[in-house]
Amino acid sequence: MSEPLLSTDRLSRWFGGLKAVHEVSLALHRGSLHAVLGPNGAGKSTLLNLLSGDLAATAGTVRFRGKDVTYLGADRRSRMGIGRSYQKTNVFGEFTAFENCRLAAQSRRQRPVHVLSDAGRCKASCEAAERALEAAGLASRGTLVASALSHGEQRQLEIAMVLATGPEVLLLDEPLAGMGVEEARRMVGLLGALAHQHAVLLVEHDMDAVFAVAGVITVMVNGEVLESGTPERIRASPAVREAYLGEHAAAGRAPGGGA
Amino acid sequence: MSRGRLLHLFAIAALAAFPLAGGPFYVELVGKVMILAIFAMSLDLLVGTTGLVSFGHAAYYGIGAYALALLAPRYDAANLWATLPRSILAAALAALVVGALVVRVKGVYFIMVTLAFAQMAYFVFHDTDLGGGSDGLSMSFRPVAQLGPFAVFDVSNPRHVYWFILAAMVAVAAFIRIMLRSPLGRALEGIRSNEHRMRSLGFSVPRYKLASFTIAGGLAGLAGYLLAMQGGFVNPELISWHQSGNALVMVILGGRGRAHAGIVGAFVFVALQELFQSLTTHWQLPFGAAIILLVMLLPGGVLGGVARLEAALAARAARRRGAAGLVEEGGHE
Amino acid sequence: MDIASLLIQVLNGVQYGLLLFLVASGLTLVFGVMGIINLAHGSFYMIGAYMAFTLSSLTGNLFLAIALGIVLSIVLGIALEWAFFARLYRRDHLEQVLLTYGLILVFEELRSLVAGNDVHGVAMPQALSGSISLTSVLSYPVYRLFMSGVCLALAGGLYLLIHRSRIGMMIRAGASNREMVQSLGIDIQLVYRVVFGVGVALAAFAGMIAAPVSSVYPGMGTQVLIICFVVVVIGGIGSVWGALAASLLVGLVDTFGRVLLPNAAGLSVYVVMAVVLLWRPEGLFRRAA
Repeated sequence: MSEPLLSTDRLSRWFGGLKAVHEVSLALHRGSLHAVLGPNGAGKSTLLNLLSGDLAATAGTVRFRGKDVTYLGADRRSRMGIGRSYQKTNVFGEFTAFENCRLAAQSRRQRPVHVLSDAGRCKASCEAAERALEAAGLASRGTLVASALSHGEQRQLEIAMVLATGPEVLLLDEPLAGMGVEEARRMVGLLGALAHQHAVLLVEHDMDAVFAVAGVITVMVNGEVLESGTPERIRASPAVREAYLGEHAAAGRAPGGGA
Repeated sequence: MSRGRLLHLFAIAALAAFPLAGGPFYVELVGKVMILAIFAMSLDLLVGTTGLVSFGHAAYYGIGAYALALLAPRYDAANLWATLPRSILAAALAALVVGALVVRVKGVYFIMVTLAFAQMAYFVFHDTDLGGGSDGLSMSFRPVAQLGPFAVFDVSNPRHVYWFILAAMVAVAAFIRIMLRSPLGRALEGIRSNEHRMRSLGFSVPRYKLASFTIAGGLAGLAGYLLAMQGGFVNPELISWHQSGNALVMVILGGRGRAHAGIVGAFVFVALQELFQSLTTHWQLPFGAAIILLVMLLPGGVLGGVARLEAALAARAARRRGAAGLVEEGGHE
Repeated sequence: MDIASLLIQVLNGVQYGLLLFLVASGLTLVFGVMGIINLAHGSFYMIGAYMAFTLSSLTGNLFLAIALGIVLSIVLGIALEWAFFARLYRRDHLEQVLLTYGLILVFEELRSLVAGNDVHGVAMPQALSGSISLTSVLSYPVYRLFMSGVCLALAGGLYLLIHRSRIGMMIRAGASNREMVQSLGIDIQLVYRVVFGVGVALAAFAGMIAAPVSSVYPGMGTQVLIICFVVVVIGGIGSVWGALAASLLVGLVDTFGRVLLPNAAGLSVYVVMAVVLLWRPEGLFRRAA
């Protein structure tokens, strides 16, 4: 197993007396999809925010390629290669889907002093945008204004924007949220494909999807890691069943098992 | 040629031809309006494009004007081509310094802090001897537009001054239009649309805001320079917060963020001001009321209202066409 | 400067600072609860001062004038909220700024129409017009001490009200989640209306008690507003103690600045603001994120 791309060591975040995330240590490797599960309030989104730099840590460290990035802001981390998508769709509503991705790609070639050239002529950014739209399944929808897209398409655009920045690490916050069956299936396929080139951290509620694509699963409860391991191990773990999967097991429905 | 482009050319031609028909008072007035248009366009770069509401933009306007007055030698005429770039630079530099301090300030506090810094500039020019105190400064001689052996134009000729101002306004509008298409312009629009996401995508947002603030400051300085050139004097009221407030009114009156909002806003603003001033000495009363009504009823400004009207008319025409199509089979445009 | 003069300037600075604290409290109350930046807040200060002038001329008694003035300003606040500010909740900052800027112009012109543009003095009430001796030669006006005390008491009372009472709890809840409060059956509209009335009254009251000391003149509203902005920027976001500390700092800096550097009288507070911004862009006492 190679060096982890992104790792944390006893990462913690407290809000006053509330321990939203407490001493979480994990490692993400390229080619692997690491899912984080847990009931509401488990601290999954907070963890994601700590990894992306949207929130500052109270204690612990975050390392990217071995380098300590704990005190770096979200924009620095993004430029280093850590990309993040949001649970609540966070696109540029007035721009077209294509422009959303092109602007995202522009972040890799920032030339603020260039005030006279037409940004739309930049081949590199435009090509990156087109590739990202294609990968996310929005190739034909590029000219539509983002706010005019359906909810599922906006979730796809969320992913496309991150892809357009060419990151090494993908932090995805509930990409399947609010999607229909068909859209979700497409997205799961995309996630599986992404795992090959990137290190993916996936926060999700959709259990079927998670067990279909995840190589590693971490279960969080009350801000702490309850258990971490392969899907089989998680499925078999009594502690996890009790804390989280309890209802599913009791109903005789085994989660996952093929998309 | 598109309809929009035709409209632009017509407007420029009409403005250019104006001095041939209008009397000296109106030539000077329209010249002032165009100066305000440049000022308003520069502010719209901050407000409409980047989403930064500055209530202290008059500071850079005033610094551009005072720069000319201070650079001008006491007993001789300054050279326009030497003093103009320096005044713009002075204003841009001031904006850079203030901007560096304020771009990390969030939300409402940004409005407060820009106002506070403008007041600081006001006090510098009002209370100290630097700029002649509360009386301001007047220049003994207007700057000359001498380039080597050529007097490019005659600054003492009001028409020449008017046309120079018109050229500057057109140039600024063109520059801004080009800038909006550039990587910087796109990033600024992105910041206005979703600042958080811009940061998440890897953009150093404060740096872009600073760039916007500096460029806007420099352009405001250009407007101030032109004002000093046209009128021959400067005073601290150029930096008063009324000036900053009025500039914001112009921006919203035109239709913030829309192309040429600053120009439309400046013309309508001055027209309203002249109207109310002709009615009563207490003109700020109807004026203030007009601003309140504007915000409550027409927040998209004139251009916004026009756009809404166009959309409504187009929808009605489409409905008619649809209905006609149903009635006449095979009917076509 | 000897000790007694120093003490006098310190007392003056503290008094000015506490007055600013009162005005700033009204400003941040409205902003914190309703999310509205109200540039006309300074105008209410001016209106208070002019009310003190006209009402005390009419009644001959400043205390009575102040009592009447408070009632009138609450009524004014409620009327304004109903007419204009109720429509500003969903609007963005630019629109709020411009609407309140329009209001400033209207108020200034109305004042010009009603009370003219002259500077007026307001007599101190007999009971408070004495002085306390500090040394054999220097004494300090009782009225200024009274002002400091009242401002401190009012601001303290406001803090207690907002943070320790049921009404305060409703107000704070309404600030963070309007819809939720409404669904709990509390008339949020009424809460906002009252809050705004209180905010106006605070500014007006400050103007009223300041009138005998600072006199009554046209630009006073704008002047106090901008200084309040400096206080809010320095004091940081969301902290009452921050606002108090910043108010005192600004009051002292301004007072000593005028005494020590008369040529750059108005500038000193802005220099301090610039220094604070260099050091901590979120203000001196920002709440830990």
